[in-house]
Amino acid sequence: MSAETTAAVELRGLTKQFGSVVANAGVNLRVESGTIHGVIGENGAGKSTAMKMLYGIFPPDAGEIFVHGKKCVWSSPADAIAAGIGMVHQHFMLAGPYSALDNILLGAEPVRCGVIDRRWARTRLESLAQQYGLPVDWDSPIENLPVGVQQRIEILKLLYRDARILILDEPTAVLTPQETKELFRNLKKLRDEGKTIILITHKLKEVMSFTDRITVFRAGKVNGEMPTSETNLQDLANLMVGRKVVLNINVPPAHTRDELAMEVAALSLSGTVAGSRHKLSDVSLSVKRGEIVGIAGVEGNGQSELVQAILHPRDPQCRTSGTVRFLGQDVTSWEARRIRDLGVAVIPEDRQREGLLLERPVSENFLLGLERSQEFSHAGFLNSKNLRMEAARAVEEYDVRPRDLMIPAGKLSGGNQQKLIVAREFQRKPRVLIAAQPTRGVDVGAIEFIHNRIVRARDDGAGVLLVSFELEDVLTLSDRILVMYEGRIAAEFTRGVSERELGLKMAGS
Amino acid sequence: MRKFLQPILAVVFGLALGLGVTRIAGENPWHVLAILGKSAFGTGYDFGMTLFYSTPLIFTGLAVAVPFQAGMFNIGAEGQLTLGALAAACIGALWPGVPWPIAPAFAIVAAILAGSIWGAIPGWLRAKRGSHEVINTIMLNFVAAGIASYVTLYLLKNPDTQNPETRSIGAGYLIHQFALFGGAPVSTALPLALVVAALIWILMWKTVVGYEMRAVGQNESAARSAGINSGRMRIIAMAVAGGLAGLVGVGEVLGNAGKFRLGFSPEYGFMGIAVALLGRNQPGGVVAAALLFGALHKGTADLDLETEHVTRELSLVLQALVILSVSADGLWSWMKKRNEP
Repeated sequence: MSAETTAAVELRGLTKQFGSVVANAGVNLRVESGTIHGVIGENGAGKSTAMKMLYGIFPPDAGEIFVHGKKCVWSSPADAIAAGIGMVHQHFMLAGPYSALDNILLGAEPVRCGVIDRRWARTRLESLAQQYGLPVDWDSPIENLPVGVQQRIEILKLLYRDARILILDEPTAVLTPQETKELFRNLKKLRDEGKTIILITHKLKEVMSFTDRITVFRAGKVNGEMPTSETNLQDLANLMVGRKVVLNINVPPAHTRDELAMEVAALSLSGTVAGSRHKLSDVSLSVKRGEIVGIAGVEGNGQSELVQAILHPRDPQCRTSGTVRFLGQDVTSWEARRIRDLGVAVIPEDRQREGLLLERPVSENFLLGLERSQEFSHAGFLNSKNLRMEAARAVEEYDVRPRDLMIPAGKLSGGNQQKLIVAREFQRKPRVLIAAQPTRGVDVGAIEFIHNRIVRARDDGAGVLLVSFELEDVLTLSDRILVMYEGRIAAEFTRGVSERELGLKMAGS
Repeated sequence: MRKFLQPILAVVFGLALGLGVTRIAGENPWHVLAILGKSAFGTGYDFGMTLFYSTPLIFTGLAVAVPFQAGMFNIGAEGQLTLGALAAACIGALWPGVPWPIAPAFAIVAAILAGSIWGAIPGWLRAKRGSHEVINTIMLNFVAAGIASYVTLYLLKNPDTQNPETRSIGAGYLIHQFALFGGAPVSTALPLALVVAALIWILMWKTVVGYEMRAVGQNESAARSAGINSGRMRIIAMAVAGGLAGLVGVGEVLGNAGKFRLGFSPEYGFMGIAVALLGRNQPGGVVAAALLFGALHKGTADLDLETEHVTRELSLVLQALVILSVSADGLWSWMKKRNEP
């Protein structure tokens, strides 16, 4: 085999092991120059690991990296950047109070006579922005700019550093549908100008509509590579998960009861600094039993604050005014424990931070929040026998893998961590379910499972409040949809609303 | 297996390092090691003294371990044990006539209460005001020392001596001393410490409150989200810790001196931090670590007398190196964990 290659990037037999976990086992990947190449896979399938090795964040244990036909060995990302590779991380690496211009220069300042030559930089950037159609306000502090523009700045940062190969890690996670469209329009333009783009994502629809070729990762290996035109959604999903997946579950119509599960009225949370924008202003909504109400919106428009205010109404850091009622009772002055004991189940937004004791075994995680229930305690002592039995049953029923009650929760994959939380919360036989980001970072197989469970909870009479930044979730599951924008409810829709209409309201128009 | 081997290796490493230092000082390290062993375990009296030093370390080790499990760092065991001992001595001096079984029980409750209150204060401050317990416990150590001086020197001064100590407690307060140990003051405080360690194990691992404390220590956001009142758990953990530290007063006042002597503790409270660290914050581990530190304390105490070059200061260096190596071991595990993805 010749070492010569014409591809922009070629990975040969890339292998990486962390402790006993093999993250990449012989990854072969070829990205042709001047294409948009999609890299998809479940969480933990190794796609990010491979890209991080390509970007020089850590060295491979074995295997070779070729960039434009040249064998490369990086000692740090600086080497990769010098070779024309750039990466936009999922969470932007920007300094909030600095201007767009300074953010782009940061780390690569053009210096003349010991002074940063901003004028020269600005001229150069303006021509770049014009060439690729990426207009930016250079002077306002970056924290005041919309997320879509921040992302544009991240891309300009790479272009300014002469990157020819751009890696984008989950670039659409924080964008509205409109911003997403615009991003992909820009990416196509970049491609037409000769750049090579690698797109890491878990959203199948995006790779299908915007890429030229697709590589599917599964369990640390490449499970398939094909031109986008020769595949379809279903095949990709099957390749990703390794079995047949049901992509669109059928949600039967709701049998809504008249009983209110949850009702919040005029809920507000003022900003921490005097005069700053309210984090929640005058939010009123209600959820009936047997109904799923979805909250759509771009991340950071008050969704997290809303959930916290509902669950901790006593805490002045979570709620400054307004009332919260559950199942007909005013709980505004109640402690969180009392509220939860009414039969309120919660799937928290950030499962690792708010949902799990990562270093503790699965069984103890299953107990969290249930430790005072009659089932698991008696006179202040824990009933470990019942716990073991119930946890074993739940792990079986909710298909948490591996079936081991003693391994630390942190060692489970994202999807299995989420299933463990779902198992625990459903143990309460919920009458109200608050599900925040129930499918975030969860693989296709687990999404199907979690969606089914949420629908089943509804059909058993629970009122469900679903908060999700993934439009898929909201559109598939919700009987009613509320859109949050800048801390208030901006619109209400019923099932069947179009993605476009929803997107417009999410963007605040 | 690894879990047990690692701290043992750390101790061996620290000891080797310390002996290396004595070698530089001009002593034969094997000779030093032999003296260490002999003076910690040589005779019944020596072993008794080792146990005598270990007993308060069990209490203070637990007093650090329990808050640690709840996500807090108790540097205030020294102040808590000072007030516990002082309270026991005050009760005994003010009501000397109380008869035997009631008297020690009374004094023990007083010691626990005084320590608990002193521990609960920084717990409460952390829970309600968010001020960090490390700062507050350190400051309260000074306050406790001040209170102890004032009470000892001005309110309950022993009129028969120049020493800074309180009047003697009534005879009914004294607890049993074991005759086995050639006069070393090993009292019922030792079995009490072992029973308490077992109770703490049950508390932390078998009860609802223990589970909730550990949950707060592991991940406060998750505990809060599950409906656990994390502030309350912090206060409870610190109150329990204070009570444990207060029990040091039992061995010292009721089982040894029969009075409160200023400066009786060779910083048991701070050694408790190393004991908890070495014992992995588990009651069983704390008991084992306390025995080791007791032996080390007794062993090094005699080095000054029995060798030419190892002075008292150098023997402290030896002790410190073992503590350092044990702490570094914890640091090492932590760093290893951080490097995993």
